[in-house]
Amino acid sequence: MAVLAETRRVTKRFGTFRAVDAVDLAVASGEVVGLLGSNGAGKTTLIRLVLGLLRPSGGDVRLFGALPSMSTRRRVGYVPQTLGLYDDMTVLENWSFTSAAFGSERPVLPESIRDSKDELVGNLPLGLQRRVAFAVAFSHEPELLVLDEPTSGVGPLSRARLWQDIRESTEHGTGVLVTTHNMEEAEQCDRLVVMVDGRVAAGGTVADVIGSRTVVQVTCDDWRKAFAVLDEEGLIVQVESGALRVPGSPGQLGEILARHKIAATVATVPANLEEAFVSVVRNGIHR
Amino acid sequence: MTWGLELARVRFGTRTALDGVSLVAAPATVSVVIGGDGAGKSTLLRALVGLVGLSSGASRRPPKSEIGYIPATAGLYVDLTVEENLAFSGGAYGVTGREFAHRSDELLERIGLAGARDRLGGQLSGGMQRKLAVAMSLLHRPALLVLDEPTTGVDPVSRSELWRLISGAAAAGAAVVATTTYVSEAYRASTVTLLDQGRPIATGAPSEIVEAVPGKMGVVRSAAQPRGLSWRWGTTWRLWSPSGVLPEGVEPVQPDFEDAVIIACLADERAV
Repeated sequence: MAVLAETRRVTKRFGTFRAVDAVDLAVASGEVVGLLGSNGAGKTTLIRLVLGLLRPSGGDVRLFGALPSMSTRRRVGYVPQTLGLYDDMTVLENWSFTSAAFGSERPVLPESIRDSKDELVGNLPLGLQRRVAFAVAFSHEPELLVLDEPTSGVGPLSRARLWQDIRESTEHGTGVLVTTHNMEEAEQCDRLVVMVDGRVAAGGTVADVIGSRTVVQVTCDDWRKAFAVLDEEGLIVQVESGALRVPGSPGQLGEILARHKIAATVATVPANLEEAFVSVVRNGIHR
Repeated sequence: MTWGLELARVRFGTRTALDGVSLVAAPATVSVVIGGDGAGKSTLLRALVGLVGLSSGASRRPPKSEIGYIPATAGLYVDLTVEENLAFSGGAYGVTGREFAHRSDELLERIGLAGARDRLGGQLSGGMQRKLAVAMSLLHRPALLVLDEPTTGVDPVSRSELWRLISGAAAAGAAVVATTTYVSEAYRASTVTLLDQGRPIATGAPSEIVEAVPGKMGVVRSAAQPRGLSWRWGTTWRLWSPSGVLPEGVEPVQPDFEDAVIIACLADERAV
């Protein structure tokens, strides 16, 4: 598969702060790469470097084999977190404006937004606004799609439909780079890149990122008491389906619970993606 | 004492924002309300805490002094410091003096802001702002804690810390009701209400909602969308047959909770 976007040890400094620090990233034709990271980890800065909206302080960025420029921008569709639509223009006007800017006169509005073509974008519900932003970004048939938190605040069915659009475009060879805080969404990506403090801290498939990480599952009659005791120890305890899930060793947790005379079953279970992600971020960078 | 809504209906002019929703908020439990933008989640919470009136149905809640509530958009003052925000909340709920000092120290320690008392609310990151807002709502140890999308747009690390606070309040005996757009957060709840256009389209424990899925679901590995009620998951399609008859060659698969939620939405869409 052809590599569409590539960074080699790309770095972006703002003053002395390294927002992006020697990051290698590649997005190939037909794949969905999920970019994960806490707020402030450098995801949006990396996206802006890839798009050519920022110049790197060091390292290389290649878009379709060349430096990012106006002519590469034409081949990229970008949906920023803020959607990038004009609230005081109608759906049709937004669509026509972007089509004209990209020099791709396409008079046919996609069916998904045709019903609301004369509505002001600012008056539409958020889910529909996102569909419009997607349609506008797809309008010039981009080879690379860059989506910054595309489904924040969107309901389950609307989210499934946006992903349907994403996958339809990859089947035609488009490559997709998408950031998300939603782990169900991250699980649908072909590959993940996890950033911590401007660096790549983990990557690969979902299984690669989870690796051999485990959490301890605590099951007992009185979850409230067990929660209070473990929480008091400073552990980040999560309640899930009536059981407690805690990072740590079963021996250590068993000892704490025994000390407080709480009868509980303690077992090591594989971490889920969210727990693995939290662990990667908390433990910083392992290379 | 159990609080909640019973067949609550809310109208704004001719528009029905909430249409016969029931919800139980029991002490030491977490109830989660899932739905997209415009589903009626905020209206439901506002009806529960008494900020909007019902056109029919009933709302049971403790006195105002025993409720903690944060709306979806705010919950703190951006031009007050962390300490001032807490003090304001404390003043409003009668938590003052030594009790305030003790309680605010404890909460600031828990949300990792003990060293940032003098920072302005507006200077905090989104995740930190939400943690401070939840801490403010917990200051007076409310019997009913009502949180509108406490974790939307918040990264997973801050989200796990927020849920630690929320579960902690339930462990201490509060009845908690929270809304979310993240399906996975339902697992943190004992009961879930799925809302669409103001109507409840599924209710129960996550496992009950999965068990109640009618018909059968299968996985289809093809590029083209299969005929029938289907949606994308990764590179595959999920196909749901309400009658339980899947096309030949499609293996039935047990739906997970996310599937069950999407099926409930599809079923509802078909019925309307």
